[in-house]
Amino acid sequence: MNTIYYLIQNMLPVAISLLLVALGGMFSETGGIVNIALEGIMLFGAYFAALFVYFVQDSGLNPQTILLLGMLVAAIAGLAYSLLLAFAAINMKADQVITGTSLNMMIPAAILLFSKMFFFSDGITTRINFYIRKVPILGDIPIIGNMFFQRTYLTVVIGFLILIIASLVFYKTKFGLRLRACGEHPHAADSVGINVQKMRYAGTMISGVLGGIGGFFYSVGIMDGNVNGHTGVAGFGFLALAVMIFGQWRPGRILFGALFFAFLRTLAYSVSLIPFLYNLGINQTYYRMMPYLATMIVLAFTSKKSRAPKAEGIPYDKSSR
Amino acid sequence: MQDKNGLYKKRNLDFKSITKSAGFTSLSSALMAIFLGLVFGFFVMLFASPPNALAGLQYIIFGGFNRIGNVFYFATPILMTGLSVGFAFKMGLFNIGASGQYTMGLFFALFAGFMWDLPPGLHWIVSILAGMLGGMLWGIIPGLFKAFLNVNEVITSIMFNYIGMYLVDMMVQGSSIMYTADKTRTKYLPQSAQIPSLGIPNSNVNLGIIFAILIGIFLYIILEKTIFGYELKATGYNKHAAEYAGMKGKTNIILTMLIAGGLSGLGGAFFMLSPSGIAGSSMTYEPINIIAANGFTGIAVALLGNSHPIGTIFSAIFISHIQRGGTLASLVGYKPEIIDLVIAVIIYFSAFAMIMNTTLARIIESRLEAKANGSDDTVDNMVEDKKDSADDMKGAE
Repeated sequence: MNTIYYLIQNMLPVAISLLLVALGGMFSETGGIVNIALEGIMLFGAYFAALFVYFVQDSGLNPQTILLLGMLVAAIAGLAYSLLLAFAAINMKADQVITGTSLNMMIPAAILLFSKMFFFSDGITTRINFYIRKVPILGDIPIIGNMFFQRTYLTVVIGFLILIIASLVFYKTKFGLRLRACGEHPHAADSVGINVQKMRYAGTMISGVLGGIGGFFYSVGIMDGNVNGHTGVAGFGFLALAVMIFGQWRPGRILFGALFFAFLRTLAYSVSLIPFLYNLGINQTYYRMMPYLATMIVLAFTSKKSRAPKAEGIPYDKSSR
Repeated sequence: MQDKNGLYKKRNLDFKSITKSAGFTSLSSALMAIFLGLVFGFFVMLFASPPNALAGLQYIIFGGFNRIGNVFYFATPILMTGLSVGFAFKMGLFNIGASGQYTMGLFFALFAGFMWDLPPGLHWIVSILAGMLGGMLWGIIPGLFKAFLNVNEVITSIMFNYIGMYLVDMMVQGSSIMYTADKTRTKYLPQSAQIPSLGIPNSNVNLGIIFAILIGIFLYIILEKTIFGYELKATGYNKHAAEYAGMKGKTNIILTMLIAGGLSGLGGAFFMLSPSGIAGSSMTYEPINIIAANGFTGIAVALLGNSHPIGTIFSAIFISHIQRGGTLASLVGYKPEIIDLVIAVIIYFSAFAMIMNTTLARIIESRLEAKANGSDDTVDNMVEDKKDSADDMKGAE
């Protein structure tokens, strides 16, 4: 039982990070912009938030307050970075995949450059502890308390809140409907007076916000406050894209996908704690490959009847009707 | 008035026939992207440490000339990955998996170099071919996924970059013949498996660069002079039209990815099998779970060369040149990562440099016309220009 608690406790921060970024990807792609740059956006948000935490960690503020403020910083940074993608893809009608790739390459290099010059290391490590050993009252509930309210982070609760808000925006507002129209059939949307460019900007910016927050949560929940240019976010931006495709661009299924991938990853990194798997004597590297392999297997089965937004990746051109 | 107008139109035509040729546009947009990338790099340096920024920029731009041998040496692998990415681009596929194919090629070459005992003249050739095979193996996977399962090649490639990297690092670390644990690096390859050096003093440049350039020229011939190349480009321009015309889309996708993978694999082999400056030693590989950067640099190389094999040769040499300059910039306190940043910015701008150029050209031309013609017929020309630029936009897409 303790092993199961351990797995769930460790899985949730991973899942939340994936969930937020995948939701970001969903908003961007349903608007019609393929966002390969999520990896870079995550790292950008995480780095700025880490910088912020680094400078306020000795100020005596409550760690959870710092976490919330850091989240805000990450969101703003991610938003700013996503504008680069939006500008290239929407105004300049550039190839979205190439632009995204360049944005992914830019950030690790920039982080290494600045960290080496100003911190004399590959990145930033913050000393503050955001870890919550046990939530008062809720943590005492048997089983559920063990699973969700012990040895956890505030990020988990925030993540679920964001999921609810995102689903409401996506399904229940005029904005969500219009955004989806712009990804499916921008010309039709345009003909009824929706400003396709603005909607696509909005979608990309939301993905920037969620990507930045997701990146910060990654550094908090998985890297213990370290952000560096070498490992970056270890392909989480891409995994999130896979989660998004797995979830068929729908919030509920994305949550399911995020939990699934997070479980695989957590399992891979805790093989030595699970006697059964450890005794099998399989090289641990195989377990590390598992999330990526699982992605491929899942995609192989889901891509045939993909419900991808029809106009994603295609620059909107009024005259090409 | 009549005369003047006719004269003007003729001159206008001549000017356009130069500026509108495909080669000129791609060259000028590449130069534009490079210029903007360097300007950006300069500003970053200015921000990081103002007094040395100018010296740093000088090192980046001119530093490579002092180490011309090494410029060619480091150009070899990125030329191969660049050709790989560019070749797939021609077909409309984005081979972001060059890194994984490169790593796989590197491992296969390493394996053949260590494990097989072959006569000296043959060993390195077989090792190179083994590298190509490794790359092909990793290249065909995204092709198969794309052709039969409709999975986007970008996602497949990225996933297999990680899988390949983990796999190779595990296998390298698991072999005591290839790997020395206390140095955390591979051992030196036997002499017979190393590509013969060109013997230029103070540099590691070897036959690999010659092969790479020849392969580039060979690819050019394939693309321009064979039916396969024609089909490939046709599919890249318009997939549906190509299929309607009876071209086998699926086979071509798989074949393209196979070749692209082989090219990246060769890049890995050329990198791995190089002799290094000190006699008896060779290049080593450090398995530290990081995706090979040379694959991503290949994307920059291909974009800058407009996916044209010959253009790619020049852009690989150029990128290698500023990379060498970048390492020299550490003499004035900048880290070599500045170049990765500059390269990323170059890619960013080259993704829309073509459109930027036509916009710029339109502004300049209409200014020129306004000056040359007075105000009478400017409107006329403006209309004409708009039509032209609309054509351009279509061309750029």
